[in-house]
Amino acid sequence: MTNIDAALRRLDQDAEDPSRQAAAAFADAARTAGLLDVAYATVDSPFGPLLLAATRRGLVRLAYPNEPVDDALQELAAEVSPRVLESPAALDDLRRQLDEYFDGGRSRFDTRIDWSLTKGFTTRVLRATARVPFGRVTTYREVAGKAGNDRAYRAAGNALGSNPIPIVVPCHRVLHSGGGLGGYTGGLDRKEFLLRLEGVLD
Amino acid sequence: MTTQGPKPRPPRRRLTPEGSRAFPERMERTAIPPFSVFLEEHRSLVYRFLAATIGRDNADDAFQETFLSALKAYPRLRPDSNLRAWVMAIATNKAMDHGRRVQRRAVPVAEVPERAAPPQDDGADPGLWAAVRELPPLQRAAVVHRYVLDLPYAEVAEAIGTSEEAARANAYEGRKKLRAALKGTEGR
Repeated sequence: MTNIDAALRRLDQDAEDPSRQAAAAFADAARTAGLLDVAYATVDSPFGPLLLAATRRGLVRLAYPNEPVDDALQELAAEVSPRVLESPAALDDLRRQLDEYFDGGRSRFDTRIDWSLTKGFTTRVLRATARVPFGRVTTYREVAGKAGNDRAYRAAGNALGSNPIPIVVPCHRVLHSGGGLGGYTGGLDRKEFLLRLEGVLD
Repeated sequence: MTTQGPKPRPPRRRLTPEGSRAFPERMERTAIPPFSVFLEEHRSLVYRFLAATIGRDNADDAFQETFLSALKAYPRLRPDSNLRAWVMAIATNKAMDHGRRVQRRAVPVAEVPERAAPPQDDGADPGLWAAVRELPPLQRAAVVHRYVLDLPYAEVAEAIGTSEEAARANAYEGRKKLRAALKGTEGR
């Protein structure tokens, strides 16, 4: 080890902080350059932090805290585009709307939906579900009918169970014909919480 | 200005993102990771390289340019690509572009030294930093990859777009010049 090697090593600086700042600024640069295909951010909720992801077409994913963020992002990279970046600014409006919803001050979401993660019958079921207004409920059979096949209520249940955008696409407003709550992928207590928030349950 | 390596240097192959070779190394990868993961994994190394090559003041802009180029080409990347070698090749191109811009600007005012701040406030030898900035771009990049960041020659070659032999030659020549320059300043 000569002087020169030691001196050269000293040109290596710790870049943890400046590189983190540069990486945080990068999402804006990517957005300005039109290269940000999937923006994501988190928003606090009564259930814990929710993951939100949006494309230029609209909201594409909302994940509950029990779903690993890495898995959700990996799925988006594979199914939508690998140009995925964290960009709270790109989701500011929707984060505010969700805050208002959980505070009881908002009964509908003003956002477009990107249905890239679903197809066929599932998309039709979810589109029908998206039209059920705040404070109202419908049945599996009814959304199956609106999706084109009223006997396919089991398939409709599966479609709702795979809803990539819960809360905003309100699958919690779909119940059993007999009056039972039915299921909820996020856990039945969450379904009850949301229905209570909307004044459907006491 | 040109490299005097033991063997003639092959024609310079610019490693643009579009033209970069992807060599299979990590076969367990089945899909390219989300760009956010790629950025998080490589931001620090890219920043360290840029700061040590073109100075901290210029590192921020070159960092943004590096990752914008990477993002542009990212969806076409093969899943088995060596992502570190790939992004370091892009960063090297950006650093060399910066060097050329500075050189062009510097022609009419040759007496004014380039005012790039060293990569850090303390620790770095100002004489050495000045000598690093005097190196031809390829030697400068090779020296930083090999002797500052301690990367293996296979990756130095990939990053600067040469054969491994030429990468060794450039690092060797660059280090030799720096050693001479450092001795010179110590002698004063």
